[in-house]
Amino acid sequence: MPLDTKTTGFKYIGTRPDRPDGIDKVTGKARYGADAYAPGMLHGVMVRSPHAHAKIKNIDASKALALKGVKAVVTRADFPTGLEGEDWNIQENCMAGEVALYDGHAVAAVAATSLLLAREAAKLIEVDYEVLPHVTDVDEAMKPGAPAIRAGAADYSVPEGLHPNVMRYIEYGHGDLEAGFAAADLVMENTYKTEATHQGYIEPHACLAQLGADGKGEMWVCTQGHWFVRRMSAAALGIDVANLRVTPSEIGGGFGGKTTVFIEPVALALSRKAGKPVKMVMTRSEVLRATGPTSSSSIDVKMGMKKDGTMTAAKVTMRMQGGAFPMAPIDSALDCAFSCYNIPAVHHEGYDVLANRPKQAAYRAPGSPMAAFATESLVDEMCRALKLDPLKTRLQNASREGTKASFGPTFPRIGLVETLEAAIAHPHYAAPLGPNQGRGVASGYWMNWGGETSVSAALGEDGSVTVSVGTPDIGGSRASMALMAAEALGIPYENVRVNIADTGSLGVNEPTHGSRATYASGLATIEAVKQISTKLCQRAADKWGIPVEAVIWEDGSAKPSGPNAGEFPPLTIGELAAEMGGTGGPISGHFEATPSGHGGSFGTHIVDVEVDPETGYTSVLRYTVVQDAGKAIHPAYVEGQFQGGAAQGIGWALNEEYIYGADGRLQNTVFLDYRIPVASDLPMIDTVIVEVPNPGHPYGVRGVGETGITPPLPAVANAVHAAAGVRLRSLPMSPPRILAAIKAKG
Amino acid sequence: MRYHTPATFEDASAIAAATSGVTRFLAGGTDVLVQMRADIVTPDDLIDIKHIPGVKDVVLEDDGCWRIGAAVAGAELTAHAGLCADWPGVVEGMGLVGSTQVQGRATLIGNLCNGSPAADSVPGLAAAGAEVSVVGPKGARQVKVEDIPAGPGRTTLAKGEVIAGVYLPPRGKRGGDAYLRFIPRTEMDIAVVGCAVNLRVDGDKITEARVVLGAVAPTIVVVADAAKALIGSTLDAAALDALAAAASAACRPINDKRGTIAFRTDVAGVLARRAAKIAYDRARGAK
Repeated sequence: MPLDTKTTGFKYIGTRPDRPDGIDKVTGKARYGADAYAPGMLHGVMVRSPHAHAKIKNIDASKALALKGVKAVVTRADFPTGLEGEDWNIQENCMAGEVALYDGHAVAAVAATSLLLAREAAKLIEVDYEVLPHVTDVDEAMKPGAPAIRAGAADYSVPEGLHPNVMRYIEYGHGDLEAGFAAADLVMENTYKTEATHQGYIEPHACLAQLGADGKGEMWVCTQGHWFVRRMSAAALGIDVANLRVTPSEIGGGFGGKTTVFIEPVALALSRKAGKPVKMVMTRSEVLRATGPTSSSSIDVKMGMKKDGTMTAAKVTMRMQGGAFPMAPIDSALDCAFSCYNIPAVHHEGYDVLANRPKQAAYRAPGSPMAAFATESLVDEMCRALKLDPLKTRLQNASREGTKASFGPTFPRIGLVETLEAAIAHPHYAAPLGPNQGRGVASGYWMNWGGETSVSAALGEDGSVTVSVGTPDIGGSRASMALMAAEALGIPYENVRVNIADTGSLGVNEPTHGSRATYASGLATIEAVKQISTKLCQRAADKWGIPVEAVIWEDGSAKPSGPNAGEFPPLTIGELAAEMGGTGGPISGHFEATPSGHGGSFGTHIVDVEVDPETGYTSVLRYTVVQDAGKAIHPAYVEGQFQGGAAQGIGWALNEEYIYGADGRLQNTVFLDYRIPVASDLPMIDTVIVEVPNPGHPYGVRGVGETGITPPLPAVANAVHAAAGVRLRSLPMSPPRILAAIKAKG
Repeated sequence: MRYHTPATFEDASAIAAATSGVTRFLAGGTDVLVQMRADIVTPDDLIDIKHIPGVKDVVLEDDGCWRIGAAVAGAELTAHAGLCADWPGVVEGMGLVGSTQVQGRATLIGNLCNGSPAADSVPGLAAAGAEVSVVGPKGARQVKVEDIPAGPGRTTLAKGEVIAGVYLPPRGKRGGDAYLRFIPRTEMDIAVVGCAVNLRVDGDKITEARVVLGAVAPTIVVVADAAKALIGSTLDAAALDALAAAASAACRPINDKRGTIAFRTDVAGVLARRAAKIAYDRARGAK
């Protein structure tokens, strides 16, 4: 797609206006998932398996149904059969069929006239289980003798002789690996492990669903992508997508975890059975037990380096469990593993493994943080061994425009070098450190995404503009869209209103995922509003009686293109809009595409920690994020994304983890024990926005949401090593683990 | 569920004694209400003691004893200059419970009666030699704080017994106390190990001491050997080593999601040293 790329001379882009949704959100007026109500609404509650792996022998709901006010109970028997592939996986995850596959797996649901009654009724549903052997660790799940969770379901890619829990196998690379390692002065190989973590969005999943006997339904959902909700829910229930209209609520965080469905098809099934709207809202424990955490991983990395720091060869093997379902993100993990470096020989292997855990869901750069933990930790260890500066060594080997990427293609214009140079020049990198303090650095990458996108813009009678996008606003995207529309039309930011439209109002939109909203919906917004200015130029040309080619759009007005076009005073957007009813009718613009010019974003982080040698407690003292944004449309929200990624990465590195008991049950199902950092755990996270424009966006935008979580895991591990003299190769680096390592070192 | 608002502790006790179902006393509610919402407990009788006269009082008695009512919130203790001056360790223990919002409701006695071995306010109370007044079907009695916990989630209180208030002994001269806990974060967490030290000095010499550990056994542990290690010393290196060894030796912890046996045992000694230094400095300070 030819783009009229503009990267300088902006009037609105790069400013920091208040977000249009801000006042409603801080005053409590904004309507989130649980704020939806409907007349006659029932409340739905799920019954969940207390076992990690168990055959469901019988479900007896008679006692629950005998309670006055209980209107419906559904089990898998209320869903259609015969689904295949990911549709079946989603249906099976939303409601277990023959076997409960993890602690918290839904096995039945009940709808009643009050939430208290529904909760009471759920306790009265009797499920007869036959407990089966379970496995929750990825390495254990691949060993002979591990219980086969879904025998025979592996795809064609899996070589013979592997455990049936291995669902997919990936292998690729380029260059002469043996020659590369032979050319190295130092070859190091280590194994790293990361534990599953949860996205930890503050708003639990919530929906209100209505589905009639005629198969027509409507839903209000807290989601990152309502077209996904529509497609997945329709498939799970066997209805046509056009019969389901889905409206997204405001969303209190998603981070990838709200790009799929959990309660939505069940609420629809309850509604269909009860003949009433049904609302379901998860508790925090349900969120942690049954919605998507990340995969846990076990990773072998081997790298070769010359004495001067030149990388010669690299090999990675990733084993990831994505719960009791395939599709752990081995693909993107492998693609990101060596993406920062120009290495002549690379080899990747990946195993997608089943375990008795909840189905993994996307979490901010899925797979990349785990891969970065392994490779960026090893790069640090090698730099230590060879006494090399870790940032200069990264710069020396950095991927740049024209580099053949580790995952195959040749990089277009990218900004890793610029982030490394900015990090090296940053005062943080040279600041003095005290006793028991250490500094770590790491780089990371996310490829970003374009995806199906459909946007409409409509001109109001006073010259203000309404933009309708299909990507829910999680991180300030309404403000970014409004800025881009204002820039493209030359009208004030305040004169643009951005709405998140329902599935009935636009073509298919992928969710706000893959760091795509500002890129893809932004691109479509710019193109849609340009259609408005083109049409307004036509109206002006008609009025002036000159050809449209002689009219230009500038500063929110139609103007004659030059003296030859004639002497006419400019017609403002307000003047043209006021008379549009009589000059040809309403004016709107629409743009839809699957843009593929998304540009990847690289980041480099610097972190200082202090480790208490007597307790293993790590305090994060200072943190700096340097990342390429392409072009920061609203710099405050870019900085917010950088800081948020770092905060989540610090949590993953230090204390967050899924802890399973010997019985396969999740031990830490509330925020008290699932230890996300609290505000006082973190320093103010400093940010540096690097802008290397993406040629695939009219204003140079790259997605910025995900890259920020990729460097923190290794950066913190490298800093802990520098502070405490111990190398932690398993996450989280919780105090007991660090103290044990310090004591083992003696 | 029946909700009661008795006007006296005798009435509260009578209600609890007469019921055959599950009973919970409600003051701040920061444990009870959370447990009800999480389906951990569903009381048949919920007895709200906040309406009983005096439950929100903090009173310095004529003999120097502090009497703190059963519904006094943590935030009120933290803001009480006189109490903070006498018993900074007790107050800092209570002040660590929960968030600012929780501090507006949570109470010392609730923390004690919840029965958690990790309760942050209990080691400091026990180290201070605090007692509670118990009202029950057989009348009232005074009980040492360390005699209340019986194990995780359990107390020694008999059916129908309710705690009306806590009494801190007169501080006296040259005393100091301190409480430290270990958590992997900076706040909003539960102690992996807790340690309170209360001591008195004569010049630089420690003449009295009590050392109490939390979260390293089914109940708090009053460590007599750790106190012995301090008494008679000037908190020199040898005394600190002996204190740490005694504290670690007294641990009977478990491995769980919050910490390991080895970690808790080690860190108990570390916290004992650090808390003793703070208490020692406080005792030798302005007072």
